[in-house]
Amino acid sequence: MGMKEKLHKLKLKYQGKKMAPAFNAIHTFLYSPNETTHSGSHVRAVDDLKRTMNTVIMALVPCLIFGIFNAGYQHYSAINGFPADFSVMEHFITMDNFWIGAITVLPLVIVSYGVGLLIEFIFAVIKGHEVEEGYLVTGMLVPLIVPVDTPLWMLAVAVAFGVVIGKEVFGGTGMNILNPALTIRAFLFFAYPTWMSGDKVWVHGAKSGVTQAGSTDAISGETILGYLAQGNDVGIAAKYDLWDMFFGFIPGSVGETSAFLILLGGLFLIFTKIASWRIMVSAVLGSLAMGLVFNGIVEYELIPSYSKFYGLMEFTFWKHLIVGGLAFGIVYMATDPVTGSQTNKGKWIYGFLIGFISVMIRVFNPGYPEGVFLAILLMNVFAPTIDHYVVQGNVKRRMKRLKNATIFPKPSDGKAEELKVETV
Amino acid sequence: MVHTNMSKDIRIKKGLNINLVGAAEQTTSKAVSSNVYALNLDDFHGITPKMLVKEGVEVQAGEPIFYNKNIEDMRFVSPVSGEIVEIVRGARRRILTIKILADKEQSYQKGKAIDVDAVDAASIKQALLQSGCWPFVKQRPYAVVANPDATPKSIFISAYTTAPLAADTDYVLRGKEKELQAAVTALSKMTPGQIHVSVGNTETSPFTNINGITIHKVSGPHPAGLVGTQINKLDPINKGEVVWTVAPEDLVIIGEFLLTGKFNAERTIALVGSAVKAPKYYTTKIGAEISTFLYASGVNNENFRLINGDVLTGAKVSPDGHLGFYNNTVTAIPEGDDYEFFGWNKPVFNKISSTRALTFSWLNKKKKYDLDTNTNGEHRAFVVTGKYEEVFPLDIYPLQLLKACMVKDLDEMEQLGMYEVAPEDFALTEFICISKQPHQQIIREGLDLMYQEIG
Repeated sequence: MGMKEKLHKLKLKYQGKKMAPAFNAIHTFLYSPNETTHSGSHVRAVDDLKRTMNTVIMALVPCLIFGIFNAGYQHYSAINGFPADFSVMEHFITMDNFWIGAITVLPLVIVSYGVGLLIEFIFAVIKGHEVEEGYLVTGMLVPLIVPVDTPLWMLAVAVAFGVVIGKEVFGGTGMNILNPALTIRAFLFFAYPTWMSGDKVWVHGAKSGVTQAGSTDAISGETILGYLAQGNDVGIAAKYDLWDMFFGFIPGSVGETSAFLILLGGLFLIFTKIASWRIMVSAVLGSLAMGLVFNGIVEYELIPSYSKFYGLMEFTFWKHLIVGGLAFGIVYMATDPVTGSQTNKGKWIYGFLIGFISVMIRVFNPGYPEGVFLAILLMNVFAPTIDHYVVQGNVKRRMKRLKNATIFPKPSDGKAEELKVETV
Repeated sequence: MVHTNMSKDIRIKKGLNINLVGAAEQTTSKAVSSNVYALNLDDFHGITPKMLVKEGVEVQAGEPIFYNKNIEDMRFVSPVSGEIVEIVRGARRRILTIKILADKEQSYQKGKAIDVDAVDAASIKQALLQSGCWPFVKQRPYAVVANPDATPKSIFISAYTTAPLAADTDYVLRGKEKELQAAVTALSKMTPGQIHVSVGNTETSPFTNINGITIHKVSGPHPAGLVGTQINKLDPINKGEVVWTVAPEDLVIIGEFLLTGKFNAERTIALVGSAVKAPKYYTTKIGAEISTFLYASGVNNENFRLINGDVLTGAKVSPDGHLGFYNNTVTAIPEGDDYEFFGWNKPVFNKISSTRALTFSWLNKKKKYDLDTNTNGEHRAFVVTGKYEEVFPLDIYPLQLLKACMVKDLDEMEQLGMYEVAPEDFALTEFICISKQPHQQIIREGLDLMYQEIG
C-alpha cells in the first residue's frame, strides 16, 4: 500500500473529527486533494491558493538567502572595516558570513513559522475550518522585515499578536483589514522601540556591545537613512557607494537591503501574474513624485540647510528606492491582495499614495526614518474607501443609463398596452 | 418589419478560450429511439408545476402534461407520444422528473399552422404558451422562463458559440432558414425594439438572409458567444426593463410549430469530450436517454463525468439520465477523483491556468487540453483580486457583485448590475477562481433572492 492510499485511509478516519483540519493541512500539503467539482463549472483552472502563496515565497527566497549572508557580512565589516577590494565570492558568500546568518536569521524564520502556524492550526481546529495558506507568506515576510538581532521571544509575542488580532479575529485569511506581517512589525515597533530603531540594532552584535577590531568602540549599526536623518552624508560616502545600496551590501532589516533581488522578485511576481503590477508601478511613481517635491524644495532654497529635514530632503529622489524598506514594501507587502485595493483603478491610487506617503514619513520623521510600513498600514485602512469611490463610478454610469432609458411597458404606451395578453 | 441595419460589431478582448480535446466531428447520425423520455423539472428554474395528467395516462407528442402554477396558460408538453410511466417526486412531494414510455409509432397532437405575417402579437403569444414552445423564451433579469405579461425592450439570439466544445450553431442550423424566419417574425411582434442576432460570420450564418433582425458580428474569446455579453455590449438592461433571449436551436422548434402546428422535439446535439471515443452530432429528441447515443460513439474511460450541456454551465447527469430541455451539447470528460503528489507546487503543463505560476498554458494558446473534474485545490475565502476582470467583459465589477450576493445586500446587488447577469456569465470567473468559490451558485441564489423580494 502506497503512501497515497495510507493517507487516504487516514483522511477517512479523521473525517468529521476535531483534528481533521490539522490532518488535512498536512495531507493537502503532500497531495492535492481528490475533490471533484459538484456545482457550476465542471472543470477548473489549475491555480489555487497554495500555488499562489508558493509563488510569492519563491520570490522571497533570494532575499532570505541574501539576508543570511548579509547578516554576517555587515557584522564582520563593522568589526574589521569594509574590505577595500570587495568581491562577492571572497567577502560575501563565505562560510563565516553564512554561519552568522544561520544563527541569527534562521531562528527568526523558525520562530515566525512555528508560532504563526501553531496559532493557525489551533484556530482551524477550534473553528473547524481548513488551515488557510495566508500565513505561509506572512511567516516568510516577518523575519525579513525585522532587525537581525530581534530577540526571539519578542518575535514570538509579536507574531501571536499579529496573527490573532491582525487576522483571526476578522475571520482568517481573506478577511483581515491590515496586512498581518506589517501588524506584527508595527507591534514590535511600538512595543519595543529600542530594539526596532536607532543605530544599534541593524548589525548583529551592535546591541550586545561587540567592539571594533583594535578598539574599545562598540560597532555601530547605522542605516543609510539613519545617517541621512542626522545630515551625515559624509558617513555614507565613506562606507557605501550607489552599487552597494542597489545590490544591498548595507545594513538594514534582514531581507530588505537588496534592491536588485527585490527588483528581480517583483519582475517574477509580475511575470507570473501573481502580484499586481499596477500597485508596484504606481507606488514607484508615488515615491518618485514625493522625492522630486522634496528635491525641488531644496533646489529652490525653500528650507534652510540647518533644518533637521534637510539631509533627507536633499537625498536624490530616485535613491529612496534603493535604501531602506521602500522597495521591499512596494513589491511584497503593498501588493497583498486582501488588504490592498481590489479594483484596478483603485490599485493605481492606492499604490501611488503608498509611495508618496512612504517618502513623506521618511523625511518628516527623522527619529525613525522608515515610513513604508506605516504608509502601507495607513493605506490598508483607506483601501476600501478608494474602492468604494471607484465602484461608485460604475454605479453612477448605470444610474445615468437608467435615466435616459425608455422603460417598457409604460402604462400610457399604446403599444405596450396592445401587447397585453388576454387570458382565454 | 423592415430590415434594420444598425448592426454593430462586438469585439471582445477580455475572456478565455478553454480549448478541450474531443470536439464533435461534423457528421450527424440518427440516434436510436429512446424507450423512455423524461422532462427534468430542474431545467425550468423557478417554475412550480401543476400536473395535467396522472401516471398511466396516454399522451400524444405535444400534448400538455403540466403547467406553470403562477401563469396557468404556460403549458409544458410531452416531447413524444406514449404513456406517463412515472412522476418522480422528492422531498415534500416536489416533482423532480416526469417519465414517458414512448410509443413505437409516434403520434402528434396536431394544431393549425399559423400565418405569422397575418396574426397579432397576442394570438402568437397565446399559441406559443399553449403549444409548449413558450419555455424556450427566457428573460433577463433573473434568467428564468420569460414572463409573457412583460414587454421586452429587445430580444437577443446568440448564434455564435464560444463555450468549450459547444455544438457549432451554423452546422446545426443548416437548412433551417424557413423555421428561423417564422420564429423570428413571430417574436418581432412581441417587442417594440429590435431582435439582435449575433453571428460569428455574417456571410455563412443561417441568419444571413433572415429578415426582421439586426445582425451583429461577434469576435473574441469566450464569453463573446454568451448572450449576456452581447446584451451588455449592445443594449444593457436597466432596472425595470426586460430582455428576452432564445437559443437558435430552440427557434427551430418554435418555427416548425408555427409553420406546421406540430411540436417537434427533435434536435441535433453534439456529443463531445475527451471521454467520448467518436465525438460527433446526433439527431434525437428532448428528454431522450443519453445512453441511446453515448454508447454509439463509445467511451474511452469507465470513470467519466457526463454533462447535460457544456463543461462550464452544464448539469451533471448519469448515462441512464436524459437530454435536458435546453441542451444541444452533451459532454463526457474524465472524473478527477484522484490525489496528485505535490500538485500545488510542481510545474504543470497539462492543465489550463490563468497565471504563469509554474504553469505553462500561456506558452501555447492553441493547445487542446484533456481536463478532468478535479477542483485543483480547496475552497477558500476570496483572496486574490483583479483576476476575474481579465476574463469578464461585462461593464460590471464581478468580485463586488459576488460579495453583494453573499451578504444578501439587495440595494448593492441592484446598483452593481444584478439585473443584467445570469449564472452562466460567471462560469469563467468560477473556472479561474483561485479560491474555488461557487460563483454560478452564488449568482443563482442572489437572483432568486432578488426575484423573491423585488421581482
